[in-house]
Amino acid sequence: MTEQKTSLSRRNFLRNAGVTAGTLVITSTLPSFNAVLYAAVKRNTKGPWFGIAIDIEKCIGCGTCAKTCKIENDVPQEPFFFRSWVEQYTIRKDGSLKVESPNGGIDGFKQSVPAEEIEKTFFVPKMCNHCSKSPCVQVCPVGATYETEEGIVLVDEKYCIGCKYCIQACPYGCRYFHPDKHVVDKCTLCFHRVKKGLNPACMDNCPTKARISGDLNDPASEVSKFIRTKNVYVLKPHLNTGSKLYYNALNQEVR
Amino acid sequence: MPLHLKRLLLTGIVIISLFLLLKHALTPESFGQYGHYRGNSMNEIAALPIHFVGNNSCVSCHDTIVSMKSEGYHSDLSCEGCHGAGYKHVGDPKMEQLIKPDSREFCAKCHDINLARPEKAVTQKELKEHHSDQKCVKCHNPHQP
Repeated sequence: MTEQKTSLSRRNFLRNAGVTAGTLVITSTLPSFNAVLYAAVKRNTKGPWFGIAIDIEKCIGCGTCAKTCKIENDVPQEPFFFRSWVEQYTIRKDGSLKVESPNGGIDGFKQSVPAEEIEKTFFVPKMCNHCSKSPCVQVCPVGATYETEEGIVLVDEKYCIGCKYCIQACPYGCRYFHPDKHVVDKCTLCFHRVKKGLNPACMDNCPTKARISGDLNDPASEVSKFIRTKNVYVLKPHLNTGSKLYYNALNQEVR
Repeated sequence: MPLHLKRLLLTGIVIISLFLLLKHALTPESFGQYGHYRGNSMNEIAALPIHFVGNNSCVSCHDTIVSMKSEGYHSDLSCEGCHGAGYKHVGDPKMEQLIKPDSREFCAKCHDINLARPEKAVTQKELKEHHSDQKCVKCHNPHQP
């Protein structure tokens, strides 16, 4: 009884009300957070700040991006190692969802659900989001993976100890364990091409130019225009990863 | 200073100097050059070889085909998207031949009917019915379909 009496005392009530009101006032003055556009804010003051844009309305699911990526970066040919791949999402009329990616889309897609059962279906090309607050970089125990000044997430092959912690940490499933090198491997946004002024191999070879990359610092770049003019969305914005991969016309079902 | 404190101080100095020595020996040379990572690893990745050489490399020899392609529906396509990476072929055009895909399955990757394929983005045919016994390239020139 005495405990309850003290907790309901006038003194405690005033103190708690004061703390609550103060917290509300202070937090309301903090800048608001925009998960989608956050990463597009100018970061690198010395050079480019790379971002990627994928237009789902243009993707025809041919798998050329996944195929060229494997060749350009000597990714093992087995069908479960990918730096870049395509998924087909199919929403059936009964509301159930089917996601498939046979061999990452390299051999093309056969419509596996009968047309009369389909409510909606579309392709979603996936690759590293090159997050500006990468969870994979934060968990590496030896500092072997890092974000460059240009905002590209890379792995130092010589320092990776192959603990695979980053594979678990990546919410987008964009890393794999290289079976021969015994280190973790991932999309480098074709760093070796970008540094020479070329586009990444997947983007150069995309037949419909559904994917582009470029400098987010430059308001005239194609990526910046893409973000300004389309309804862009990033994957899993609630995770606050600072993803720099912007999708046009992304369905909410996509995870 | 009492003896036990002197010993403690000496032990501390030994441990700290050992740590500094080890740190100096184990830290890679280019560490911290750009950030909290080995700067040379970035240069190593940047120096990797390029496999897809780009359409500009094709024009110098295959100018008639490239100009034919530029007038047709396939004008936006990269040569290597169908023919494969050209880095070996550019180095030794006689010995290293590129692939010439002509199967129905290859054309189907883009042109077979699939509801997920946006209608505007690409021409689609029901390939099970559309002259199913013949190769597509018999009627359609892939460079000017």
